[in-house]
Amino acid sequence: MIMLAFLLQTIRIAIPYLLAAAGGVMSERVGVIALGLEGMMLGGAFGAVLGSYYGGSAWIGLVCAVAAGLFVASLLALCTLRFRANQVVVGIAINLLVIGATRFFLRLAFDSASNSPRVDGFGGEGSGLGVMASFSNPLVWLGLVSLPTLWWLLWRTPFGLRARAVGEKPEAAATLGVNVGTLRLRGVLLCGVLASLGGAYLALDQHQFTDSMTAGRGFIALAAIIFGRWMPLRVAAACLLFAAAETLQIQLQGIQLVPSQFIEIIPYVLTIVALAGVVGKSVPPAALGKVE
Amino acid sequence: MSTSAATARAEGWLMRGAQAMLAPVLAVALAMVVGDLLILTYGESPATVYRLLLEGTWGNWYGFGQVLYKTMTLTCTGLAFAYAGRAGLFNVGAEGQLAAGGFAAALLGLWLPAATPAVLAVLLCISAAMAAGGAAGAIPGVLRARFGASEVIVTIMLNFVLLAMLNYAVASHLSVPETLHTEVMRAGFVPRLGGTFAVFAGSAANWTIVVAIVAAVFAWWKLFRTRSGYELRAVGLQPDAAEYGGISVPRTWLRAMVWSGAFAGLGGINFVLGYKHYYEEGFAAGSGFLGIAVALVGRNHPLGIVMSALLFATLSQGGLAVNALVPKQLVDILQAVVILAVATAVPEVQRLLRKSVAGLSRRASSEAGA
Repeated sequence: MIMLAFLLQTIRIAIPYLLAAAGGVMSERVGVIALGLEGMMLGGAFGAVLGSYYGGSAWIGLVCAVAAGLFVASLLALCTLRFRANQVVVGIAINLLVIGATRFFLRLAFDSASNSPRVDGFGGEGSGLGVMASFSNPLVWLGLVSLPTLWWLLWRTPFGLRARAVGEKPEAAATLGVNVGTLRLRGVLLCGVLASLGGAYLALDQHQFTDSMTAGRGFIALAAIIFGRWMPLRVAAACLLFAAAETLQIQLQGIQLVPSQFIEIIPYVLTIVALAGVVGKSVPPAALGKVE
Repeated sequence: MSTSAATARAEGWLMRGAQAMLAPVLAVALAMVVGDLLILTYGESPATVYRLLLEGTWGNWYGFGQVLYKTMTLTCTGLAFAYAGRAGLFNVGAEGQLAAGGFAAALLGLWLPAATPAVLAVLLCISAAMAAGGAAGAIPGVLRARFGASEVIVTIMLNFVLLAMLNYAVASHLSVPETLHTEVMRAGFVPRLGGTFAVFAGSAANWTIVVAIVAAVFAWWKLFRTRSGYELRAVGLQPDAAEYGGISVPRTWLRAMVWSGAFAGLGGINFVLGYKHYYEEGFAAGSGFLGIAVALVGRNHPLGIVMSALLFATLSQGGLAVNALVPKQLVDILQAVVILAVATAVPEVQRLLRKSVAGLSRRASSEAGA
């Protein structure tokens, strides 16, 4: 029973990571650095609550979340693909922009500097059902299938072959008639959709939007992508591993066995170790960050 | 011959000058327009809000003192990003390096006996801040130089690690009960500007601003007047060519990251030595990330960085001045818009200038030929 609760809690924590990481893998596989994940998630979370609150339904919330994610992704695509601005700089600026914008409009939308009023989400008032309530949430299922589907998309379809070619060797892809720009744009927009759904899950699960509520989860998703070596199924495993560590941290909170900060840093340390290549080196797509 | 060389040099100056100024000016103009729209969503008058922003920063001595205070940290983190940037590296870790620098300075200040001569104590604390920042910068430097690990990702991840470890050290061992800061240091105080110029009384502005200016001059001298600076810039422009020219690229990368981290760490003395005299959780508060904006707008040149730090400090402080009318996050959005616009405009302006200068010189040469 404790194992089951642990597992369910892990999945619940992993869903935003899985969705955002799926978006990030898509983006990085076509050669665009996914540093804007945090901003896309936060935009999605804000859109979800805005839509749910004023539209009266979590589904309208999802539509608004996706719209917000697409808006952020379009801005990123405009700067990096159309104007060829540096992807690292743009990614960081996008995050700062969304953090600022959501705070700015929080006061306008809900007359509060820190959080929105309560919204229903998918579980309705069923929070009494505990962890099981999460599973009536369609985003949970979407999160669980996102990375396996992405694997199929990238490795078993013509679109995937082209997308990977664009991320590894765009010149070669272009000579074969692949439209590099269009494919990259699609990859970034799909990333925006998936990441915003990750943010929407977070907001609807907590039944409200709070200031900067993604709290670095976009970067944990990025860590999972690198630790999972840009392979969708390994990335999914990394997301679950990081979520399990977080669950452990929550469960151990009462017992002062290991300081929580030491568990908190596990994803980041593992990512640095993976990048340094101590145990099998993590190598990014060859054309990552290079748009000519 | 000599006239054409002079023309070429004049053209070069013109191009560089226009390039350096045009993009930031365009960016600020765009940010103002975005700001207008945002202010209008709150039903306020943009002119009133902008006037309030200026009055709260450059309109009185207290506000100006606060701007100077923020300029110090931003100059240091801007230099950090620019110094690595000149070597072709992205140091996104200034946030953690800044915190590490402040922490080291505060620890040393706590440990030094109160009787330590003031100048010695301050110099020791400055060295500690730079050493801690430099050590934090050395980790991504080594990983990049030795293993080819992306310094972008390592510095981002290291921010989280460093901040969590500092949080552990302070929250679990060093804090004054019921707070998130350490005890007040015994030595290593830098006086506030208010002590000398009464008009600044009450503001956090302190003499570490002079240290930041010295650091900027030092960075300029090192980058543009020393052999190692030349090597660093060569590696940044074209690593393969630099390697062929006998420069060790990995060693240059490592040196660049260590100095970069040291500049960021130096920023920590502003809060610790000059203002609160203790280390407090979260004192960096995004100044590390804003350093990227500062360096970008300052075009990775120390002089430009000091000026752009002043601009971003004005915006940060100005946010507080307008908070009654519109949320102070207005300036966060404006800062992000400036970054996006500069990052986008710089390559675009370069392309346009290259085209127009090529056109000009073509016309000039055809006229000369005729």
